[in-house]
Amino acid sequence: MRYDVIVIGAGVCGAMIARGLSGLKLKTALLEKAPDVAMGASKANSGIVHGGFDALPGTLKAELNVRGTALMKDVCRDLDVPFKNCGSLVVAFSEEDKATLEELAERGRKNGVPGVSIIGADKLRELEPNVAPEAVGALFCESSGIVCPYELTIGAAENAVKNGVDLKLGCKVTAIEATEDGFVVTTSTGAFECSYIVNAAGVYADEIARMVGDDSFRIIPRRGEYYLLDRTVGSLVSRTIFQCPNKMGKGVLVTPTVDGNLLVGPTSVDLTEGREDVSTTLEGLDKVARLGGRSVPKASVRDAITSFAGVRAHPDSNDFIIGVSEANPRFINAAGIESPGLSAAPAIAERVTEIVEELTGAQKNESFDPVREPVFRFRHATDAERAEAIEKNPAYGRIVCRCESVTEGEIIDAIKAGATDIDGVKRRTRAGMGRCQGGFCGSKVAELLAELAGAELNTVTKFGGESKLLYERTK
Amino acid sequence: MNERMTYDLVVVGGGPAGMAAALKARECGVENIALIERASELGGILEQCIHTGFGLTYFGQELSGPEYADRFIKLVDKTDIRVFTDTMVTDVSPEKVVTCVNKKDGLMKLQAKAVILAMGCRERPRGALNIVGTRPAGVMTAGTAQKYVNLDGYMPGKKVVILGSGDIGLIMARRMTLEGAEVKMVCELMPFSGGLTRNIVQCLNDFDIPLKLSTTVVKVYGDQRVTGVDIARVDEKLQPIPETIEHVECDTLMLSVGLIPENELTVGAGIPLDRVTRGAVVDELRQTEMPGVFACGNVLQVHDLVDFVTMESQIAGEGAARYIRGELSDPEYIRPETGFGVRYIVPQKINIKDKKDVKLYFRVGAIYNNPRVVLECDGQVLSSKKKIKVAPGEMEDVLIPASVFDSLTPESRITVRVEV
Repeated sequence: MRYDVIVIGAGVCGAMIARGLSGLKLKTALLEKAPDVAMGASKANSGIVHGGFDALPGTLKAELNVRGTALMKDVCRDLDVPFKNCGSLVVAFSEEDKATLEELAERGRKNGVPGVSIIGADKLRELEPNVAPEAVGALFCESSGIVCPYELTIGAAENAVKNGVDLKLGCKVTAIEATEDGFVVTTSTGAFECSYIVNAAGVYADEIARMVGDDSFRIIPRRGEYYLLDRTVGSLVSRTIFQCPNKMGKGVLVTPTVDGNLLVGPTSVDLTEGREDVSTTLEGLDKVARLGGRSVPKASVRDAITSFAGVRAHPDSNDFIIGVSEANPRFINAAGIESPGLSAAPAIAERVTEIVEELTGAQKNESFDPVREPVFRFRHATDAERAEAIEKNPAYGRIVCRCESVTEGEIIDAIKAGATDIDGVKRRTRAGMGRCQGGFCGSKVAELLAELAGAELNTVTKFGGESKLLYERTK
Repeated sequence: MNERMTYDLVVVGGGPAGMAAALKARECGVENIALIERASELGGILEQCIHTGFGLTYFGQELSGPEYADRFIKLVDKTDIRVFTDTMVTDVSPEKVVTCVNKKDGLMKLQAKAVILAMGCRERPRGALNIVGTRPAGVMTAGTAQKYVNLDGYMPGKKVVILGSGDIGLIMARRMTLEGAEVKMVCELMPFSGGLTRNIVQCLNDFDIPLKLSTTVVKVYGDQRVTGVDIARVDEKLQPIPETIEHVECDTLMLSVGLIPENELTVGAGIPLDRVTRGAVVDELRQTEMPGVFACGNVLQVHDLVDFVTMESQIAGEGAARYIRGELSDPEYIRPETGFGVRYIVPQKINIKDKKDVKLYFRVGAIYNNPRVVLECDGQVLSSKKKIKVAPGEMEDVLIPASVFDSLTPESRITVRVEV
């Protein structure tokens, strides 16, 4: 099979880029080594749509952050992904911190971030009564928000596929051979030819680049650990609360999530071995608990429903690496996408699409539809909408996940849309995301996965591979 | 949307609590009753409890979970109680409108005169514990494992470590062993088990499964399926002692670390909960702080024995009947107080104008050998009962005889305490 473009890596950037490319008359494939999209950095991060005052002026991070955040609302509307323009506060605890706020505000002005102001302690208290009483002021950014990173990835990938992209899951790139007019990409499931490659391989982007002789950057995988708190404390704060970066480090954030929980984290530790080691540690979680309490004392780990860790692809250059590789003019990097990569993703996709358009001279795809089929979410529906939905599809009348009110119909929709394991259903529907963490619904979800696949219950996995839930039948 | 339906009584939950409450209310003359169950049949969690040990107190017979449930299902079948199965309640409003959905009827709004909440409880998951490491397949609650083995017929693990010595954990230690799995140990954070003594004897001792007290799981290993856990002993503050960490190979970590009443609907209705029981604050008829809304069974307090769930629910059923008849006006409450050793008391308040026998149910905070359970009123000892042993894993009770209420005023103080 020959493609015009192969995008390697179906994280939020790869998926958004593939969607962007599906707006052009090109045959595009999106390759992902994991059994699902959004399985790397996009699976577990803070989910913040940053205003854009943090990155240094003149960097790609600054430019694409501000542009990405401006695009985010429309992208999320088109892809039916929950997004909330909740705003953010960088909280200062000392005079020194206050000076840093001035610096950040100035950076924000230079980066062109709208709606940035410095507020005093009284105003801060008025906006966020649960912020620590020791806080002396804050940088208020109205343009920032929150989004669900894996839902954005899933939405983008689904929309890309709808517009003609071939999504190949469980397809790990093992070698790339440059040919006269492109590449032969060898994968765990066969070889593909293509004219262009977009490298969106996250923590493996440097390894992929090296396959075409591009040795210009290194990715240092970084791990960040988080606590997720119950919805009962989800409204302790209504904006993202950052701590002012100082000698002690960047601090941790406390933020509401689009699903009504409270997220506290992350730590930041360079991984020396195991690029995807997302195990949690005692030291890491202790630090999150301790630091989180500094800015929002009531955000207590006693209310934790889970803890987790994610990886980020930190580039040794400290800035995004976006553009045609010097090693090969048909190889485009979209690498080193760490924070604010999620915020920048729509802009990165826009930028890479422009580059490919220029290189290929491809026409616009006239039939491109940027809108994803709306997803029915029982928990967000009114009683009238629920009644109507159940009338159309009775499966929406059966609640499987009690904690998050997820119906059998939604789970079937998710499986039909590509979820193949328990965690895939969980990311698409939230079944199992609530306070009982799948205790009740896990087995029901497994039954539906088995039933729709026409397979035995013990073939169902948590996240593909050997992550099987069950062994053989009982005697 | 379906038209609004009206019932005298809507019972939320068709497990042992809901069934007993609905049956009792019917017996007391309530005519128009709806019983709503989220599963496809009545019975609740009993359906997966295929071991015996149910019914000894209530029926004087040893039954399995399904057999115990079946006795009540048959009784419900004989009545005109309207049963909705596969139906989930999404909201209970202060106006006693119960909103629920199912596949057949769609979204329904049932207007009730009285509501009995009987939603049961759920297991505490891993996330609520401080266990670090990876997040592979093979970490599950004991109840989930029980469902896989007993209802679905699959082995959820072969080499098992169980954390928590609650009754479900103990029962599953035996069940997994009988199915051919190797249960390596049961770890218990506390210096005592939270389970019934009879379960420790019959489920662990009889199978030589070690019970490691003051021990917890601190870390999980395995990228895909669990490959092992680290366990550690804990100090008096329940903190793991790093020098005692020990690796145990296993493919399954089963959790039996506590049950939490499922009170989302209760909270949604604006009904206050007890901080300790995590169930509603109720009076002696199991009426919550919202008049006409009652609660019983494990949604009110986690019980050790279903027999007690049944008896408590009958109180609620009778209370709801009296409420519907308009008999519960103008109560005068006193609140029994917890003395030494007592963690909580249910009911949390008693109407002294009702002048009937009231049994107080309570749990102690630690194990006491040869204690006395003392009931005091305004400094006077009403009863002092000698016990061989009291433990947090076994619910205790003490009776306030009806005669006492004649001399009580709203200022009277009733206390339950342990004397050692």
